[in-house]
Amino acid sequence: MFLDSWKRAGIAPELFFSTRGRESLWKFLTGMIPPDLSWSFLSLMLRPALETIQISLWGTVIAVLIGFPLGLLGTNTLAVRGILNDAELQGAPVRRSLRYGVYLMARGALSLFRSIPEFVWAFMFVRAVGLGPFPGVLAIGVAYGGMLGKVYSEIFEAVNYRPLEALQSTGANKLQIFFYGWFPQALPNFVSYTLYRWECAVRASAILGLVGAGGLGQQIEISMRMFNFNEVLTILIILFLMVAGVDYLSAKVRALL
Amino acid sequence: MNSTLHQYRLENVRKLFGRQQAALDGIDLEINQGEKIALIGPSGAGKTTLFRLLNCTLRPTSGKLYIDGEDVDLLHGKRLRHVRRRIGSVYQQHNLVPRLRVIHNVLAGQLGRWPTLRSLLSLCQPNDVELAHNALSQVEIADKIFERTDELSGGQQQRVAIARVLVQDPEVVLADEPVSSVDPTLASTIVRLLIDISHNTHKTLLVSLHSVDLALAYFPRVIGIKQGRAVFDLSPDKISDDMLEDLYSGNFRDHAVTETTSGNIETIAYPSLS
Repeated sequence: MFLDSWKRAGIAPELFFSTRGRESLWKFLTGMIPPDLSWSFLSLMLRPALETIQISLWGTVIAVLIGFPLGLLGTNTLAVRGILNDAELQGAPVRRSLRYGVYLMARGALSLFRSIPEFVWAFMFVRAVGLGPFPGVLAIGVAYGGMLGKVYSEIFEAVNYRPLEALQSTGANKLQIFFYGWFPQALPNFVSYTLYRWECAVRASAILGLVGAGGLGQQIEISMRMFNFNEVLTILIILFLMVAGVDYLSAKVRALL
Repeated sequence: MNSTLHQYRLENVRKLFGRQQAALDGIDLEINQGEKIALIGPSGAGKTTLFRLLNCTLRPTSGKLYIDGEDVDLLHGKRLRHVRRRIGSVYQQHNLVPRLRVIHNVLAGQLGRWPTLRSLLSLCQPNDVELAHNALSQVEIADKIFERTDELSGGQQQRVAIARVLVQDPEVVLADEPVSSVDPTLASTIVRLLIDISHNTHKTLLVSLHSVDLALAYFPRVIGIKQGRAVFDLSPDKISDDMLEDLYSGNFRDHAVTETTSGNIETIAYPSLS
């Protein structure tokens, strides 16, 4: 299988050593050095950099707003299976199939959202709402909502069910059980995964710029098209610093929990 | 017909997991309001399954279970939660939420009464500190009220779990192996605590115990369970050593077997939860 994939993916390391490949790679790399650190260029990048952060931040917020409820509905052990549903669903086929239907719909929506790549979403949203950062926010929100929702449901399914069983036996309803038992146990994983996705969103929002969704990506595209590779390097450095900054922030937040 | 007279009434109750394994294999039982009962028997005998049926976590596969004359098969949604509210449970592993503060775990006993919104707000700003404080005072750990639950010792956590039941103030208290993870002195203290709190308010109490001595010493009615069946149901003075030996006999060889199969039962029925 691996060999077959190797062939079909067209993996050919020897291309790196061919004269043509070597020359153009060399031109690209040397062209990048030194990075353009002139004040005029840096100050020009300030706004797009800020815009990238803003896109990724709001994209992630929307992703959580989509992923959290859908992930909840798509949590197997909350909806249909296991000890929290035995008494409620045994001998109640209508209830069971209703719950199962909702569960499947939530899983289906999440799969759909994340199977379409974020730049395709961006492309569609650019058509719908025009150029600028907003389609980028929407694209990240929907695509990442699908990913977050799936992982949330897995985090929720992995918590220790015994405290939940005890909460249920006090007569608590599902929502109360969720917020008293489920969420507190899942919180550290929930937060760290969400922050990780924010980090990814910073990078993704750069790619989205290529289809006209604002931010640093748009600048990369402009610089590339004008063969200003040293500007590209500057932008990549800015991106790196931003990702590292988000990582630092998330480490701080996780330490608080 | 006169099932209304009993707190619990079980008629030939069976519980199957995964279609072939019978965790409970035909239990008949009548329990009156205010009784104090101990359950003994080898591990894997079905005691935990019985508790889960009695507190409406599980439902019988066949047979009838009446709680205060109500057929549990007919309970769903709100009515099911109302019945659950009247039954308090204490578990072997405390089953507290480790990352919450003690006060929230104690006030969780109120969840069956509180509207959803109020219970959520209470997580930010504890709703009834006095109630929690009183309950914790009764189990003598009031000073731990604002600590994180996972920072307490095992015995303290079991007291928090009992405080949660006190707040819930149910008609029935079910305790499934509440003392098997604490030392013997603490074990009898906790058993006595359970008897006291249910005695004062005339609650029905059912405790399953590993220790036969504790069961015989503190409870007027002792039920022996083996392989999903009740093998005796007597007052302690009528229970002979032979009966006890029978109850646990053949267990050393079987023990490992039942232990592993009961593990399987769990994983078959609730793989992703365990």
